[in-house]
Amino acid sequence: MNGKRMLVVAAGGTLGLLAVVLVAMGNPANMGYCVACFLRDITGGLGLHRAAPVQYIRPEIIGLVLGAFISAQVTKEFRAVGGSSSFTRFVLGFLAMIGMLVFLGCPVRAVLRLAGGDLNAGVGLLGLAAGVAVGVQFLKSGFSLGRAVPQQKGNGYIFTGLMVVLLLLLLVRPSFIFFSEKGPGSMHAPVWAALGAGLVIGVLAQRSRLCMVGGIRDFIMFRDAHLLYGFVAIFVVALVGNLVVGTFKIGFAGQPVAHTDGLWNFLGMALAGWAAVLLGGCPLRQLVAAAEGNTDSALTVMGIIFGAAVSHNFGLAGSPTGVPAGGQIAVILGLIVVFIIACANRPAAVKRGVSIGKGS
Amino acid sequence: MEREVDARGLLCPEPVLLTKQALDALGAGTVKVLVSNAAARENVSRLAESRGWQVEVREQGEDFLLVLTKK
Repeated sequence: MNGKRMLVVAAGGTLGLLAVVLVAMGNPANMGYCVACFLRDITGGLGLHRAAPVQYIRPEIIGLVLGAFISAQVTKEFRAVGGSSSFTRFVLGFLAMIGMLVFLGCPVRAVLRLAGGDLNAGVGLLGLAAGVAVGVQFLKSGFSLGRAVPQQKGNGYIFTGLMVVLLLLLLVRPSFIFFSEKGPGSMHAPVWAALGAGLVIGVLAQRSRLCMVGGIRDFIMFRDAHLLYGFVAIFVVALVGNLVVGTFKIGFAGQPVAHTDGLWNFLGMALAGWAAVLLGGCPLRQLVAAAEGNTDSALTVMGIIFGAAVSHNFGLAGSPTGVPAGGQIAVILGLIVVFIIACANRPAAVKRGVSIGKGS
Repeated sequence: MEREVDARGLLCPEPVLLTKQALDALGAGTVKVLVSNAAARENVSRLAESRGWQVEVREQGEDFLLVLTKK
């Protein structure tokens, strides 16, 4: 096993281990780490949605971005870039979030849920893989969001600066910030533990380029399993951890922060997978890229936050009782919009602007 | 035979896909790939090495020039 492979396995394994530890320290079950859920909680904490059970400024996200930022500075990989169909990326981030909140988790949490015995997550992961497979066909036929170009360095710092502001809001706890009193938002590990875990995962994710959607994509496109090793490492370590701690419970019914509606678990994650593969990576990877100075990824994260706000303000998100009709309609409309975006950005459209692969 | 791929500003998998097309079209020779982020540098290198191409990385300002060769 070469160094790069070791790194991606170490990143996945560490994430799996810390996820189990964070649950033991107070996070909701099977939610030791979840980029979608935590961004939803942050959205609620800022009052951008008013779903009382899911409001908290999650230090795991802040830590992840700060860790990736520090790592990118040390390795001189920080580059302020942007301008690759920025608003389309915002929309894709928004749509991916609608799908993830119908399923109740990002690709990372899907793996963690499965490692806790939640078989609904297996259905979600099948949907994710299906969405990625469809997106891959568009990539193969020339889909591109175009080139990002270098920007003034200051552009690349804004996103990480925002995380510092969030950290201050978490520590100072001003009255206009919402903290859930019950429900998943009220369940959390101590701030220092969550922040520390985030920092460690951020550094490892930046170094290893860990990406859940990228793993499935590269395997389908190139038969390259490199990133899938990270995926498998999360699963194996979290599974062993859950068995040791006694939190493994296999089945479909009664799983924590999950529902049993297979069709919508599948379609929600298919929407997320399709949108994410067009974006070039899962939400975790978007956070890391934003920390590295990619302002398109920063805008994608803003789209995800907007998606969380819309999902909860209009009652689209899934819950343990199932997926509301509005959420089902939103997923179908989302799939249609992603299809249109996927068709509209193929070579015929791109030729007029940037000629991809033929020099700029 | 020589070919150049400009994959600056593109996120994966596009740099890998463009490189793969060039490698497949050429079969052997030299392919020069210009990428602008470290993830693309690693992914393109991994693809080339897995197909028996030698990889040489040169820094070119903020970008990386990957020279892939196969006899």
